[in-house]
Amino acid sequence: MPMRRSHVQTTLNGEEIDFLCEPRQSLLEVLRDELGLTGTKEGCNNGNCGACSVILNGRVTNACCVLGVEAEGASVVTIEGVAEGDRLHPLQQAFLEEAALQCGVCTPGFIVAAKALLDAEPNPDEGRVRHWLAGNLCRCTGYDKIVRAVLKASDAQEVTA
Amino acid sequence: MKEIDYLAPASLDEAYAALQNGKTSAFLAGGTDIIVQLREGRKQVDQLIDVKHIPELMRYGWTDGGGLAIGASVPFAEIYEDAEIARRLPCLIDCATLVGGIQIQSRACFGGNIGNSGPAADTVPALIALGATLTLGSREGTRELPLEAFFTGPGQNVLAPGELIVTVNVPPQPARSGAFFHRFIPRNEMDIAVVNVGARLELDAAGERIAGARVSVGAVAPTPLFVEEAGAALVGQAPGEEAFARAADAAAAAARPITDMRGSIAQRVHLTRVLTVRALRRALERAREA
Ligand SMILES: Cc1cc2nc3c(=O)[nH]c(=O)nc-3n(C[C@H](O)[C@H](O)[C@H](O)COP(=O)(O)OP(=O)(O)OC[C@H]3O[C@@H](n4cnc5c(N)ncnc54)[C@H](O)[C@@H]3O)c2cc1C
Ligand code: FES
Ligand code: FES
Repeated sequence: MPMRRSHVQTTLNGEEIDFLCEPRQSLLEVLRDELGLTGTKEGCNNGNCGACSVILNGRVTNACCVLGVEAEGASVVTIEGVAEGDRLHPLQQAFLEEAALQCGVCTPGFIVAAKALLDAEPNPDEGRVRHWLAGNLCRCTGYDKIVRAVLKASDAQEVTA
Repeated sequence: MKEIDYLAPASLDEAYAALQNGKTSAFLAGGTDIIVQLREGRKQVDQLIDVKHIPELMRYGWTDGGGLAIGASVPFAEIYEDAEIARRLPCLIDCATLVGGIQIQSRACFGGNIGNSGPAADTVPALIALGATLTLGSREGTRELPLEAFFTGPGQNVLAPGELIVTVNVPPQPARSGAFFHRFIPRNEMDIAVVNVGARLELDAAGERIAGARVSVGAVAPTPLFVEEAGAALVGQAPGEEAFARAADAAAAAARPITDMRGSIAQRVHLTRVLTVRALRRALERAREA
């Protein structure tokens, strides 16, 4: 039986694109398998780990709990859209400087989730950062370095702003 | 996930029509329950009906009498970011901020939490304490029922084929009343409740006696419980530890929990008592501030 594929038009990292996908495919599968954007990671595939975090219509969410067809008419930002050309986002810079990653599988999700926080609240305190990132799991770092990196990036943003 | 159809009706009429096409359906709101269940094969349907393009389900507003009508699919984040809701109905914020982490709250909603009908659903005891009702719609029209009358078993409810939840209605709250919701989980965030409790207290004009009370407990029975005996034990009493202990006994007596990986029967009964007392204390504080 031929697969029924739907035509979807969306804005991905600021660019208007269209793609074909099956209704059962998650946005995560579409990003990785159809569009070749493998920066968004699959950890649990059930909403618990945050490795697949993307910003959908301005809110951070798990791409494994969204269908690709739901992206119709929406705006999606993935980790690939966080840097500006060759210039790293302050969060990416801070993650490097603070060594806030080991294996790196969780890192895109943390950075996308943290970006959504700093976009909404430029000066979160440590408690706020930890609370916001409760939906992102990391098996390697013990979280302290990640939290430090996010706080550093928020300071850096303030200086450049 | 097995092959599936996806429909995105733009109106209630289109949604009702989609429900009549002979296929088995589930609704897609935030997708945080249903997408995972379909992928893991715990549920199978022919079509997913995305309800997020139906205007009535995506808006919320205050009624003339001072109640709040919440479209079934409004994401939790939109609710708890509203300063007026936070001021007037803090108990709603208690539960909405506890469901999952920020990624979940961006999409998940009351309609999904209720529609999924899990015994531990966190928004349900809070909403029952507040006296919430549901407006259900179908091609035949709408009907309204108390939230506590909606659930019939784990994952089961009274929704007829062809029907969906349109709004969750929080009625105007009594004067001098306050409500509070909390839960016990083994960690600070992101877990399913071992027990959760919502409670509302209403004081008399002098502030010396309890004029009305509602207590609801989740995760201790096949459905969330509305414990009328706990409310009855409080009415007419002076608000305080003695009355709260009696209400807690009533809640514990109503609990019919099971032992599972999250907790034993004994622990759940104990938690029911402890959480009920603590919820009543906080509800009292809020009633006094009201
Ligand atoms: C990581 C993670 C953490 C979670 N943490 C919690 C938690 O702390 N507390 C908690 O209670 N839950 C939790 N959940 C479960 C889930 O997020 C909630 O139940 C949520 O409210 C579901 O809403 P949704 O919009 O995503 O529902 P969906 O998955 O879209 O739908 C759920 C069900 O409701 C039905 N439905 C949806 N809309 C309607 C409607 N308008 N009318 C009738 N039926 C409808 C659907 O058919 C489906 O069966 C968690 C889930 C995940 C993945
Ligand atoms: S892969 Fe989506 S939350 Fe884990
Ligand atoms: S760096 Fe390995 S999971 Fe976070």
